[in-house]
Amino acid sequence: MTEKDPKFVTAGNGPLLRDVMEMMSKAPAAAGRPGPSRIAGRVTAAATRTERWEHFRCRVGSFRDSYRVEPGLYAFGEPDEEADVLVSANYKLSFDTLRSGLGGHDFWILVLDTRGINVWCAAGKGTFGTRELVRRILETQLADVVKHRRLILPQLGAPGVNAREVRQRTGFKARFGPVRAADIPAYVKAGYRKTAAMSTVRFGIRDRLVLTPMELNPALKKYPWFAAAALLLFGLGRPGIIFADAWSGGFPFLLLGLVAVLAGAFLTPVLLPYIPGRSFAVKGWLAGLASMLAASFLPVVSVALGDRLLLAAAWLLFPALSSYLALQFTGSTTFTGMSGVKKELKFAVPLYIAALAASILLLIAFKLTGWGIL
Amino acid sequence: MKYLAKAATLDYDAGKCTGCRMCVEVCPHQVFVIENRRARITDIDRCMECGACALNCEAGAISVDAGVGCASAIINGMLTGGEPTCGCDSGESGSSSCC
Ligand code: SF4
Ligand code: SF4
Repeated sequence: MTEKDPKFVTAGNGPLLRDVMEMMSKAPAAAGRPGPSRIAGRVTAAATRTERWEHFRCRVGSFRDSYRVEPGLYAFGEPDEEADVLVSANYKLSFDTLRSGLGGHDFWILVLDTRGINVWCAAGKGTFGTRELVRRILETQLADVVKHRRLILPQLGAPGVNAREVRQRTGFKARFGPVRAADIPAYVKAGYRKTAAMSTVRFGIRDRLVLTPMELNPALKKYPWFAAAALLLFGLGRPGIIFADAWSGGFPFLLLGLVAVLAGAFLTPVLLPYIPGRSFAVKGWLAGLASMLAASFLPVVSVALGDRLLLAAAWLLFPALSSYLALQFTGSTTFTGMSGVKKELKFAVPLYIAALAASILLLIAFKLTGWGIL
Repeated sequence: MKYLAKAATLDYDAGKCTGCRMCVEVCPHQVFVIENRRARITDIDRCMECGACALNCEAGAISVDAGVGCASAIINGMLTGGEPTCGCDSGESGSSSCC
């Protein structure tokens, strides 16, 4: 496969793959070239502008839920029958990350149907798994496309794939390659040998930063409920709802709520290694406490929290909220295990419930004293 | 960064190890090293219980209670009484916040 075929889409995977497949099904298979039915498309390393915008949308919202590529076998560059076969997930962001790391080399890319989920999560669920891999190998007739029997899997796919079983059922020897796509060319060149750095997952500040929108989003979606409750509470006077009170009393609470969300869902993830403790609940609580402390220097907050009952309620409630949100980040990290998270939940959840109940009682007491009942 | 001390359920039986290196190849946190043709656990606190090593150790020398280390998934599991699952394979529901 050396000459360029104008019928293949070569730039940025722009048109719908369906169109590409249709074009190819019309193109007659030349001698020695894998038949059209086996190859889903041809892709290159460069991402188009649209794709970059789509990648951004994946990071910040639910766009990611439907960002998929058609599973199947893709040609990257000009692969021949000796070219290595890389295996990927059909979350398009994973697929595109793989593409972007391969520039200047030729590979086959076998995309599994992981229901649009990235390799690591899909491996944990088993959708990036032995069964799906075997099925795709057979369905794409990979054994006729390449002469060799080597597969390179992303290392993070290993929790789902039993390499021995793949070999027994298809004859292909699956190797677990580097964690990062960009290391693949070097890995292949070194004779399929990984350095320790290639097989270690990194979780630097940038990695953590790109994950924060997905921590903040769900929390901020619930924020209006909290705001409504706070305004109602402070506005509720004996004769009815007093809007001026709702705002003047409620505003500092709304502000503190926002501070608590930021502390738990943004600050804790970003500053993760610098906050003391190993427990995410503790880290989040400390971050919440520190942020509360900083916020309470604002005159509007310190005046509002002049009341002792309010003050106690706020200090109980908000750091606990930050702690809860920080605990949610365990789902996005690369190093938290299930047993540890269970352990944390066991001590943290009862405390959250206690803190919430106590602060509600304190707020009720505050209202009642305000009305002169207590 | 390490998670909670002594929480991981990783269990390794050096007696069964053949020294095939597979565990070294698959572990994302370098928990295993090969010494004198056998695997050795360096630091169990780095284990995130992904299960890759146990699944791929042909000798059956490794066992681990594998699962997702994700609070919302585990809370989900507790509430529904089932396995911990994050909402991320129900792509249409738009609740894929965990991965
Ligand atoms: S995969 Fe199993 S047999 Fe192979 S080195 Fe590791 S522990 Fe030993
Ligand atoms: S379960 Fe995963 S993290 Fe733990 S030792 Fe095995 S491969 Fe490494």
